[in-house]
Amino acid sequence: MCLAIPGRIVEIVDAENSIAKVEVGGVRRNVNVGMLDREEAAVGNYVLIHVGFAMTKIDEAEAQETLRVLEEIGQYQDEFEQFKTTSE
Amino acid sequence: MKFIDEYRQGDIAERLAAEIAHATTRPLKFMEVCGGHTHTIFKYGIEDLLPENITMIHGPGCPVCVIPLGRVDDAISIARQPGVIFTTFGDAMRVPGSKTSLLDAKASGADVRMVYSPLDALKLAKKNPGRSVVFLALGFETTAPSTALTVMQAEKEGVENFSVFCNHITIVPALKALLDSPDLQLDGFLGPGHVSTVIGTRPYEFVPAEYGKPVVVAGFEPLDILQSVYMLVRQVVEGRAQVENQYGRCVNRDGNRKALEVLFDVFEPRDFFEWRGLGSIAHSGMKLSRKYARFDAELKFDVPGLRVADPKACQCGEILKGVKRPWECKVFGTACTPETPIGSCMVSSEGACAAYYNFGRLSKIAERSAAGS
Ligand code: SF4
Repeated sequence: MCLAIPGRIVEIVDAENSIAKVEVGGVRRNVNVGMLDREEAAVGNYVLIHVGFAMTKIDEAEAQETLRVLEEIGQYQDEFEQFKTTSE
Repeated sequence: MKFIDEYRQGDIAERLAAEIAHATTRPLKFMEVCGGHTHTIFKYGIEDLLPENITMIHGPGCPVCVIPLGRVDDAISIARQPGVIFTTFGDAMRVPGSKTSLLDAKASGADVRMVYSPLDALKLAKKNPGRSVVFLALGFETTAPSTALTVMQAEKEGVENFSVFCNHITIVPALKALLDSPDLQLDGFLGPGHVSTVIGTRPYEFVPAEYGKPVVVAGFEPLDILQSVYMLVRQVVEGRAQVENQYGRCVNRDGNRKALEVLFDVFEPRDFFEWRGLGSIAHSGMKLSRKYARFDAELKFDVPGLRVADPKACQCGEILKGVKRPWECKVFGTACTPETPIGSCMVSSEGACAAYYNFGRLSKIAERSAAGS
């Protein structure tokens, strides 16, 4: 029950009551965006959705950074392999 | 799907696993506090990817697994009151109370309904003005703001036939209780990602400062978990103990200000709250604040409120502390299965016993334990 999924805001349905439409894998559903600031709850933004509420905006720059680090860890391994195989 | 697929790339996972194996110089035990992590670890076979000298201990962060018998009994007693529509998340339906579960109560005539969101329960209340709709509120700081916003909505719309049976819990007192228990031996923690979107990473800073253990707040995809384990290993081998944040795309140091505000407005801490298997932990539970007391089901209905001891056969307490592994419980997989759970760790897919049972990695795990690792 503690799982959450990323979805994209496609429409602000009712700003007064903090309701936005999000799309997750082609499925659309209204969620409550009352936990987000106005500029975070904007169309096009990705948010993390849990039990019908958007919990947080997903930060694209941070997501890129994590992926960059992940790929770098892999690269070091490649180099290490080369280092090993050429050392004999 | 964006923000999911890129964290599931098998080739990177393998390289990461190799890197972890390379960096790990002695046997290490890490606890993933959160049931969501337990779920990912089993679903993607992360234990099979990790080197043999790393053991993942599955912590108490599954709110369905720690709800005590007495509270389930109370929920059932509310559900059985005439005129009540009792609503709950699906996971909580099968949790055994001292005699029956909500599912049994439903089968014997109580109006128990599954909802996806507390807002759905509020909708039901508006549609059924002649009935009293109660929502079984469960979960850590991840879920509590949703309940809080729903209660605020009920107040705003004047929905008087809606109330909440509140079992929300907070993670930090539970972590403290774990760290203080003498039989616990851990080298670090995977910090709960979704709880941290709300509370931030700052509340964990006492763990390295006072207990000298590293914490890495982790996301929920396989690569997130592997990267976080790698970060923990690096801290240990480099002799550091810090709070690090692997889940920067969703978590910052200070958390979600708005969510915290609604939490403080709608809830107040209980002096004590009982956790299945762990006993009573001070200030670990939340109840509705005085301002919203009229939405408190515990005040609206007479609940027995009895403390009931955990079933004798069940070793959930040891499992939740990571002192025992699920297969070491005598009734695991025999008397206790997801269909007929004795303990609550067998109920939710985020519970350690159910995860072991469902994902069938038993033979491998048994081999490992026989080998003495
Ligand atoms: S197998 Fe069942 S009874 Fe044993 S610890 Fe797990 S949940 Fe409890």
